[in-house]
Amino acid sequence: MSAIWLALIGFIVFFLGYRFYSKFIAEKIYRLDPNYTTPAHKYKDGVDYVPTNRFVLWGHHFTSVAGAAPIVGPAIAVYWGWLPAFLWVVLGTVFAAGVHDSGTLFLSVRNKGQSVGTLAHKLVGQRAKILFLFIILLLVLMVNAVFAWVIANLFINNPGSVLPVFIQIPLAIWIGYHVYKRSGSMLLPSIAALIVMYGTAVLTSYITPLQINVVEYLGGEGTTSLFGASATEMAFLIWIIILMVYVYIASTLPVWKLLQPRDYINSHQLILGLLILYLGLFVTTPEITAPVTNSAANDTPWFPILFITVACGAISGFHGLVSSGTTSKQLNNEKDVRFVGYLGSVGEGLLALIAIIAVVTFFPTQGDFLGFYSDFDSAGGGLNVFVDGAAVLASGIGIPESVAATIVAVIIVSFAATTLDSSVRLMRYIIAELGLEYNLKSITSKHAATTLAVVSSTILVLLPGDDRGLGSGGYLLWPLFGTSNQLLAGISLLLLAIYLGRKGRNMLPALIPMVFLMFMTLYAMFLQVFTQWAPWAGSSDWLLFILGAIVFVFAIWISLTAISVLINYKKDENLEDVS
Amino acid sequence: MVDKKFSFKRMIELYDEMLSVPHRTEIARELRDEDDLFLLLVYSDMLGIPNPAFYYTLELYPYIVEKFHDWHLRMGMEKSPLDGIRCC
Repeated sequence: MSAIWLALIGFIVFFLGYRFYSKFIAEKIYRLDPNYTTPAHKYKDGVDYVPTNRFVLWGHHFTSVAGAAPIVGPAIAVYWGWLPAFLWVVLGTVFAAGVHDSGTLFLSVRNKGQSVGTLAHKLVGQRAKILFLFIILLLVLMVNAVFAWVIANLFINNPGSVLPVFIQIPLAIWIGYHVYKRSGSMLLPSIAALIVMYGTAVLTSYITPLQINVVEYLGGEGTTSLFGASATEMAFLIWIIILMVYVYIASTLPVWKLLQPRDYINSHQLILGLLILYLGLFVTTPEITAPVTNSAANDTPWFPILFITVACGAISGFHGLVSSGTTSKQLNNEKDVRFVGYLGSVGEGLLALIAIIAVVTFFPTQGDFLGFYSDFDSAGGGLNVFVDGAAVLASGIGIPESVAATIVAVIIVSFAATTLDSSVRLMRYIIAELGLEYNLKSITSKHAATTLAVVSSTILVLLPGDDRGLGSGGYLLWPLFGTSNQLLAGISLLLLAIYLGRKGRNMLPALIPMVFLMFMTLYAMFLQVFTQWAPWAGSSDWLLFILGAIVFVFAIWISLTAISVLINYKKDENLEDVS
Repeated sequence: MVDKKFSFKRMIELYDEMLSVPHRTEIARELRDEDDLFLLLVYSDMLGIPNPAFYYTLELYPYIVEKFHDWHLRMGMEKSPLDGIRCC
């Protein structure tokens, strides 16, 4: 079957979802009011609260939420065949992510542009806020560990991408200063930066000495390096330490100096990448070689693990943080909630869709596919298949495959690096806030909190491992990352359901995805913690067992809170701002 | 033809705006922080911190007094700290 069908069916379902389901949600459930004074107008200050054109706001929202995660998850999940991953991405986006993203935006707009954390406090109570803080802490910890691994992995497998990625740093700093000092436009300098980066990528693809291949420097694959570790393991260690030092420096700088100019360049990369891949898909019309469902995938059941493997791309709690953090303060008209929130999640769905297509069309035969995806542990390497598969798609519009592979790796590393920067920053704020809450003054300072964040993330990525040795922690942590992301989405959907319930509206559109997510999370964590990571299941991975158990307890806690709140809520049709 | 050119230009503008929303916010915040420090210096004598340039900063008073209310709110003072300025 041609992969174009997947794209077309995906487009049609997304279109129908936007045209009908989001209309139903907007008109009948949220009852969006074009005359409601949004926080952007009410508290207009030219800094945080700025009424913004809906196209502009959609673009900003989409580029803030899209990153490497909707690529990594689907690239692993095709292990069970293309159909389960495809269905979950498409239906999850339409019925869960769309409702979640537009719902958190709506909730925040109706509540002075406050964030989900503050709303949790107001709607449920102080305990919910602390629970929320701990889950975000867990999520960002996972993000740091997993994304450090993603970058190290890509640097090792695509050594040509190292130089272009590092060149981006001084270019971004220069753009940051250019805009700050001269209030110039970012458009031309950032396009120039992109040309320099991709120019370097072309050079590094052809000139081997320009490829920073740490494994080769250490004697090549298979050789034993220091302390009995293999060259690949040592390369992981070196890259992770370099990344953590980088992220320490980057996350303590003001955002306008490095993070935001990088983000700006990355937004070009995201849009350009999506265009090239979809264009390449329609030009090359590749055949799907992966099986519809993989009957040999017996070691890990797709139900429920699929639903925690693909978080971003189907539904992600992180989007609620963006919706309620910045987007809600800039919404010009409440009617725009549908356009910005719902279509923001559709954008992410499109990214996940092309990730699935790139992976399922890459292998020449089904046998090759099954050979690579022979067990769930090997599926962890799906990201490298995506890089190669995307390169094949890009070659359809005349880009040589080796250059395309380097550029795709550069794009993913750029996304992952900015995510790493923001999540370490976020972790620092949360540590400081928890420090204040529990009177631990020593961890509230910028450098103490950052040190704690960076050290704990480094430990997390280096400690767990299997027979592949150092650096395999990322494979193992991925489901935990998905789980904490789903838990966050679960809380946001719960808040939305409570709000709708108190207003006397139909809360099912929020409640059904919430119950679904909580069930899947609980079931998946139960399976993984008690049958795989527990000492009685023959595992010696204490760290994974403890982390999994913590996530499991959190999931139970949220479910119990949800039940008690949903039983006891009182209707109040005049509820405007939650007080 | 003119319309086409305009629409392309408008598209580029929209695209540029789309990507620069967060930077606009951050740069505005950074500049406001600088402004806040400047206001602190200007108001310092009134707040009890001796300022040798008070004679000159007083001249700026008409230009900055309108910003005073927002400034003291941002500085974490819910009520006006100065008897002379009763903004709230």
